[in-house]
Amino acid sequence: MINNLIVSGSPHIHKPESVARIMWTVVISLIPALIAGVIIFGANALWVTLAAVTAAVLTELILGLCTRKKVTVFDGTAVITGILLAFNLPSEVPLWLPIVGAVFSIAIGKAVFGGLGQNIFNPALVGRVFLMASWPKYMTTFTLPFNLDAVTSATPLAALKEGKVLEHISYLDLFLGKHGGCLGEVCILALLLGAALLFIKRYISWHIPFTYILTTGVFVYIFGGDKLFSGDWLFHILSGGLILGAFFMATDYVATPLTARGQLIFGVGCGLLTAVIRLWGGYPEGVSYAILMMNATTPFIDRYTKVRIYGTR
Amino acid sequence: MKNLIKEFTKGIIKENPTFVLALGLCPTLAVSVSVANAIGMGIAATFVLLGSSIIISLVRDFIPDRIRIPCYIVIIATFVTIAELCMKAYSPALDRSLGIYVPLIVVNCIVLGRAEAYACKNNLSRSFFDGLGMGVGFTLALILISAIREFLGSGQLLGHTLVKGFEPVFVFGMPSGALLVIGLLLGLFNLLKEKRT
Repeated sequence: MINNLIVSGSPHIHKPESVARIMWTVVISLIPALIAGVIIFGANALWVTLAAVTAAVLTELILGLCTRKKVTVFDGTAVITGILLAFNLPSEVPLWLPIVGAVFSIAIGKAVFGGLGQNIFNPALVGRVFLMASWPKYMTTFTLPFNLDAVTSATPLAALKEGKVLEHISYLDLFLGKHGGCLGEVCILALLLGAALLFIKRYISWHIPFTYILTTGVFVYIFGGDKLFSGDWLFHILSGGLILGAFFMATDYVATPLTARGQLIFGVGCGLLTAVIRLWGGYPEGVSYAILMMNATTPFIDRYTKVRIYGTR
Repeated sequence: MKNLIKEFTKGIIKENPTFVLALGLCPTLAVSVSVANAIGMGIAATFVLLGSSIIISLVRDFIPDRIRIPCYIVIIATFVTIAELCMKAYSPALDRSLGIYVPLIVVNCIVLGRAEAYACKNNLSRSFFDGLGMGVGFTLALILISAIREFLGSGQLLGHTLVKGFEPVFVFGMPSGALLVIGLLLGLFNLLKEKRT
């Protein structure tokens, strides 16, 4: 009789959510953008993504077996890292590039810190920055959309940085992804569809993405034009990896602040850094560096935005 | 004699200045871009270590305790000057590629660390082998790091291309690559140490 009475501490309500379930939902939410990438840049986009995912999963499996830890391959986190890494690559890269990047992401970005939940940086972005620093030639060669001859083109942001006049790129083209860029970041529509799923399931909150995008927009509006308050804020929001970064990479559970207040600070910081790098930095795009830099500040943000326990001072 | 050999060998693995004591990381990060640089730096540092260990252990009874660090620095700086001038005279190319890091051996914490922790407390022969062991350990560590970095960062070893068609990983030629390699090797050394005990 006694054994049937199990008294445990609260909470008592059980929800069927688990890490694996959330992560696989995130994988599903990324599929529209992948389909868009394949439609825009052709089958290469699919091969790059598959290569990155396979390499990430295999690395996770092998490292898990070597270190005799719990096998965490099936919770989908390695799959997400692979997909996000591939989304940050141009579609015409040689296939060894996503493989090397994915191995680096999982091994150096995640496993050396102790695996899932311990990494201080977003693993996919660690991989991307590594590739960017190592093989800039491949990482900045983009192809024109709907072009099977693989004509290289600059991203709209890179063209802007070089001071070229941006002709015939309308906001609609930017929104639908008809321009050069990384394979997963171009189609804003598909990314927003995926993000909507995460919002409906309440897997991500509005704090980071909205403050991030808003801050970038406002900052660019103020300082981005020839005179103050004349910047093309809509162009900056719709181009580059801002939407992908804000919804899918800045909202990573592990490397971002826990409290709502902390997340607001995190979002504003990401937005400021992104805008500063885009307007005055050496690179045309700053999303990945902005998120990584703010990842580094997360422990401090967490410390200073600790929630006061009710009844204490 | 057996003791002396032990003093020598401890610097190579058990108390390796770079991987176990984690001393002198600044020159290690800076000069480990190529194996040639690493060998030059290692020889210069070994020479300084050896010379300063000998002199300091000889004069250790005459130096007043309160001003011992300035005295050590003067002795070390003398040997660094000798090393630097020799390098300038006999291999100007190496001197140019090592640059400021040769004069900076003066403040290298391996040299000062051995002076403070060992040479000022031990006799000449023991200090000699300690300095030599530490110098060799530092040189070997530098060569190991720079071999990995030079191969990955430029596909070469000592200027010879090893693998054709290898796409160099630029990041290993940069400071961030040095930190990566040193961090992973430190982890490996810790793992080996754990295994042994």
